[in-house]
Amino acid sequence: MSIIKIKDMIYRYLKVDDEGNTQMEEPAVDGVDLEVQPGEFIAILGHNGSGKSTLAKHINAILTPTEGTVWVDGHDTKDVSKLWQIRKAAGMVFQNPDNQIIGTVVDEDVAFGPENMGMPTEKIRKRVEESLKAVEMWEYRSHSPNKLSGGQKQRVAIAGVIAMHPKCIVLDEPTAMLDPNGRHEVVETALKLNKEDGVTVLLITHYMEEVIHADRVFVMDQGKVVLQGTPREIFSQVETLRRLRLDVPQVTMLAYELKKRGIELPDGILSLEELRSELNKLAGGKRV
Amino acid sequence: MNLRIEHLEYTYGAGTVFEKNALKDVHLEIPEGQFVGVIGHTGSGKSTLMQHLNGLIRPTGGTIYADEEDIFREGSDMKKLRSRVGLVFQYPEHQLFEVSVLADVQFGPKNLGLSQEEMLERAVEALNMVGLDKSFYDKSPFELSGGQKRRVAIAGILAMKPEVLILDEPTAGLDPKGRDEILDLVAQLHEKQHMTILLVSHSMEDVANYVDRIIVMNKGRVMLDDEPARVFAHRKELEEVGLAAPQVTYVCQQLKEDGWDISDSVTTIAEAADEIARVLKTCSVE
Repeated sequence: MSIIKIKDMIYRYLKVDDEGNTQMEEPAVDGVDLEVQPGEFIAILGHNGSGKSTLAKHINAILTPTEGTVWVDGHDTKDVSKLWQIRKAAGMVFQNPDNQIIGTVVDEDVAFGPENMGMPTEKIRKRVEESLKAVEMWEYRSHSPNKLSGGQKQRVAIAGVIAMHPKCIVLDEPTAMLDPNGRHEVVETALKLNKEDGVTVLLITHYMEEVIHADRVFVMDQGKVVLQGTPREIFSQVETLRRLRLDVPQVTMLAYELKKRGIELPDGILSLEELRSELNKLAGGKRV
Repeated sequence: MNLRIEHLEYTYGAGTVFEKNALKDVHLEIPEGQFVGVIGHTGSGKSTLMQHLNGLIRPTGGTIYADEEDIFREGSDMKKLRSRVGLVFQYPEHQLFEVSVLADVQFGPKNLGLSQEEMLERAVEALNMVGLDKSFYDKSPFELSGGQKRRVAIAGILAMKPEVLILDEPTAGLDPKGRDEILDLVAQLHEKQHMTILLVSHSMEDVANYVDRIIVMNKGRVMLDDEPARVFAHRKELEEVGLAAPQVTYVCQQLKEDGWDISDSVTTIAEAADEIARVLKTCSVE
């Protein structure tokens, strides 16, 4: 069974004017169909305003569809009686670490979710420990969150989510406010949770380099999924991505520029190692 | 305006348990018209340094001279300094508050005590510079997209007619096209208005494409200060402090390790493509 299933989904925000009249806006998500299997690492790309965050907020029922249906772990998100199960199954991490940390001490913050689930204290302790260890923040357990770096704060936020043992984590631009080190820490943590613990990950980002390890990439534009495929398939389409206000990783762009200069390279090179070995092959071949 | 920074020191919470030296003995000269990138990881002191330049923070030691005048001297006109040195904060769109785009951009000039006509003229000119036409004037700033909001916020600073423009992470949170648009805009302000630009960024790729000079901050000190290619040649030191050279620089450095006769000081995609193509051509001649 798929962990997330979205069918014919449309979402319109309501606009309320000064007189209190409400009006439906143009759809922010406009007819999305997609399925995610357990254990997949999914990346969602799209320009500002393309509908990615609106879509993401449907996955733990912060929003429910105007039309169509979203199922998370088999539950229809419109079913209010299933709200707890849905939120337990799918956790969310947002862009700004300062908006999601509420505890005055790191371990208290991570305990917040399990406490709300009414877990016994001993079990909470265990969950906090395993979660902080999973994001490599255990040694900071008695620190104050406001003294941590941005990347560390985001890892604490992730620990707070995984302490609830979700099947799926949605990360909505978790690295936008971080420096390169912080970005690396957060993406590595997400990858590790996915590979080692089998957690399904949905990563929304504007950084193309963060996407290359995903199993599948969805590209959104005007509320619709306009492209989907493996990172290699997606990043082979340099022109299309640019038209969608997106980009490709710098290494992929370099390979593309080299091809324009008549150098024969395969499409969709993603990593430095790949480009290095392809170029060495060419240089070696021609030297003979 | 020439800026000269001498022995600048800044200590947060002096005398408390939270005491922290955010800046230590910083020496810099920033001549008029330069386009400078300032990089460093979170907590390296780059934002603290920038906030000194328009007098928002008073140093705990050392001096800053603007055209040879100490900006913190007794009786220094801070209001005037802040119109000459414009500072665009991170996420500046969070500071938009007026009912319309045009009113928001006029807020700065209003505080300078300018006449109605002059305020309007400056606002129109500033919006023009950031590429927002008449159709935006009466819109609520909150109806706009992320990139547009950011342009309005930048226009609000430009309306003060600064000689030096400081931008703290102006591309954070924008999509790739939005990033390019903001950076192209900044480059244009540098070229056409001859503004001195200080661009604070985490992104080496962004900085490498635009600036004349890069200042790398680490632990409150200036760690490197040179032209981009020479800064990125210190790839090991950069990595040690949580930074990195642009990916294309790595490509060329690694090819050199593999025995290619290639320059390892390239910093942009175009330069790297030209270099690699050149070397491959010589291979085929042999």
